[in-house]
Amino acid sequence: MLEVKNLHARIGEKEILKGIDLVINDGETHAIMGPNGSGKSTLSAVLVGNPQYEVTEGEIWFNGKHSADGRLLPEGRKNLLEMKPEDRAHEGLFLSFQYPVEIPGVSMTNFMKAAINEKRKYQGLEPMNAAEFLKLQREKRKIVELDSKLANRSVNEGFSGGEKKRNEIFQMAMLEPKLSILDETDSGLDVDAMRIVAEGVNKLQTPETSCIVITHYDRLLEMIRPQYVHVLYKGRIVKTGGPELAREIQEHGYDWIKEEIGEE
Amino acid sequence: MNSEQQYIDLFREARQTICSHSSDAMNAVRDEAFRRFASAGFPSKKVERYKYTDLQQLFAPDYGVNLNRVSIQVNPYDAFKCDVPNLSTSLYFVVNDAFYETQHPTPKLPDGVVIGSLKDFAASDYYNRLAGESNDAVTDLNTMLAQDGLYVYVPKNTKVDRTIQVINILKAPSQWGRTGDEALMVNRRVLFILEEGAEAKFLFCDHTADDRQFLTTQVIEAYVGENASLDLYCLEETHYKNVRVSNVYIDQQANSRVNHNVITLHNGITRNRLDLTLSGEGAECDCNGCVIADKEQHVDNNTLITHRVPHCTSRELYKYVLDGASTGAFAGRVLVEHGAQKTVSQMTNQNLTATREARMYTQPMLEIYADDVKCAHGSTVGQLNDAALFYMRQRGISLSEARLLLQNAFINEVIDKMQLEPLRDRLHYLVEKRFRGELNKCAGCRLCK
Repeated sequence: MLEVKNLHARIGEKEILKGIDLVINDGETHAIMGPNGSGKSTLSAVLVGNPQYEVTEGEIWFNGKHSADGRLLPEGRKNLLEMKPEDRAHEGLFLSFQYPVEIPGVSMTNFMKAAINEKRKYQGLEPMNAAEFLKLQREKRKIVELDSKLANRSVNEGFSGGEKKRNEIFQMAMLEPKLSILDETDSGLDVDAMRIVAEGVNKLQTPETSCIVITHYDRLLEMIRPQYVHVLYKGRIVKTGGPELAREIQEHGYDWIKEEIGEE
Repeated sequence: MNSEQQYIDLFREARQTICSHSSDAMNAVRDEAFRRFASAGFPSKKVERYKYTDLQQLFAPDYGVNLNRVSIQVNPYDAFKCDVPNLSTSLYFVVNDAFYETQHPTPKLPDGVVIGSLKDFAASDYYNRLAGESNDAVTDLNTMLAQDGLYVYVPKNTKVDRTIQVINILKAPSQWGRTGDEALMVNRRVLFILEEGAEAKFLFCDHTADDRQFLTTQVIEAYVGENASLDLYCLEETHYKNVRVSNVYIDQQANSRVNHNVITLHNGITRNRLDLTLSGEGAECDCNGCVIADKEQHVDNNTLITHRVPHCTSRELYKYVLDGASTGAFAGRVLVEHGAQKTVSQMTNQNLTATREARMYTQPMLEIYADDVKCAHGSTVGQLNDAALFYMRQRGISLSEARLLLQNAFINEVIDKMQLEPLRDRLHYLVEKRFRGELNKCAGCRLCK
């Protein structure tokens, strides 16, 4: 699904990612944790091609088949660093934004219709007809219990914090990505909203899709159960473990990990 | 530069010809206008109200003027399919400066309503009353040279339900000029008289019917009586070589209502001046402007709203989307005179510059001589929101489509203010086409193909 090799990236003159290696297979869920400023959001932004960040070194490969050792075989894999953000999306990459952007004047329906039809165009399909689209929208809205009134509103404008995050998962449901990155989707959510979001994400997972969950808290991870938990610190993945690692961090913080790697 | 000299010479030489093809009311004010024009000439860019559009330069070329009124071979009913169809309007045509009189099914209008050729109807008690006081060189030039135009009269307490659509077509006479591609000057004049309690809605669509260079001066005077209501939508869809200078003068009596909208969808160089005076208490006006420009296009809207008496309301919203190397200007002034208490006035100008080369000049002004008023003015110039663009791209929407959606969203605010519903729907469609670059000139006009 995804192979990241020795990824370095910076914003302006400031280097933030200092050599990330990460392999994600089909059907896997990975959590990325780490103290503030460690580079979690930068990693997600670089994966989806945010032009604010400059990749200075490394590779990102997407799709294609994995060999026995986890690497992606050259055949059929896509070099994400050579692709525009919209084409990465068409290939099946999705980011649930930490801060979903408000777009006054563009209705949710028009926005979603444009997104769906551009993807279909990329796949060589005809645009979806209006009836089909409305039906799809209705079905997917149910997954995150999103009010149908929001469809006529401008994208994220006047949405509550919870609605914005549920709206992200609704979009994920509509676009059926292969790899979803949830960037602090749990921040600002009450317990019920978090449950709805987590259940929504779980419903959308299949053996062919994968997920990266960026979070500070193990509460979400108890609902979206990752197989792997990575700790990102100062632009590198310094520790990888199972779900128990998230619980340890919740209880003891990051100091013991910093000590392990030889920092005070 | 001394661009005015050729017009001074022209008037001196052709005064007889001009007058012989016009009417007494129009001829009566020519000499006075000429005197003012000859002594003042065109303003330079140092004159505040012409800071952003160089009139000297616009009027410098040698334009032909159809003073002998050579007839123009065109049947607009056959040749024209307007861009705003299905409006079930009462449809009229003005070819250059002349009301199109040829036999056609006359739309049914309420008793007493007159729509016709200005030279047949213009009455000296209204004609040039507002324009004559305006101290504007182009208005004076228009008054000097205009021979005809459109006359609209709606009598007391008469309500015209159907929108009256006037299509202004610019077309050169077929045998015109030595080489067949001479530039042509058109001086069009419009007079609206809405008596007490009268109500009417107008849609003016300006088109060019061939690709010659045109220079149009247009002067519109509108007298809006007590309790009367005027909706005036002016839509310009001309071509890159077109130059338009339009001066609109509106006077509003007590409790009257005016809704003035000017939409520049496609043009060359456009300068629109609006002088609106609230002369009677309780009068209200909405003035909206929508501009979409690219390449080297230039659009300058200059407005002056005068609150002469208490208890009047004015609202202004002008929005521009400037692409390519286009330039836009908005200078809006609201003048609240002594004693015009309880004035409510709101002026907003918002602009989007899509490229580094596009330029916007904006100058909102408030001048208040009363002490109990509520006035606000503001303007912004900005670019498309990068965060929103990226958000859309992450969802698979291409950069060009994302830009289009954002530009549409920006301009829709002002289009949604238009109360003429079919026009509004049509504008949404036309604007989108325009942003896609599919509207290079008036799309509905078979003449220009």
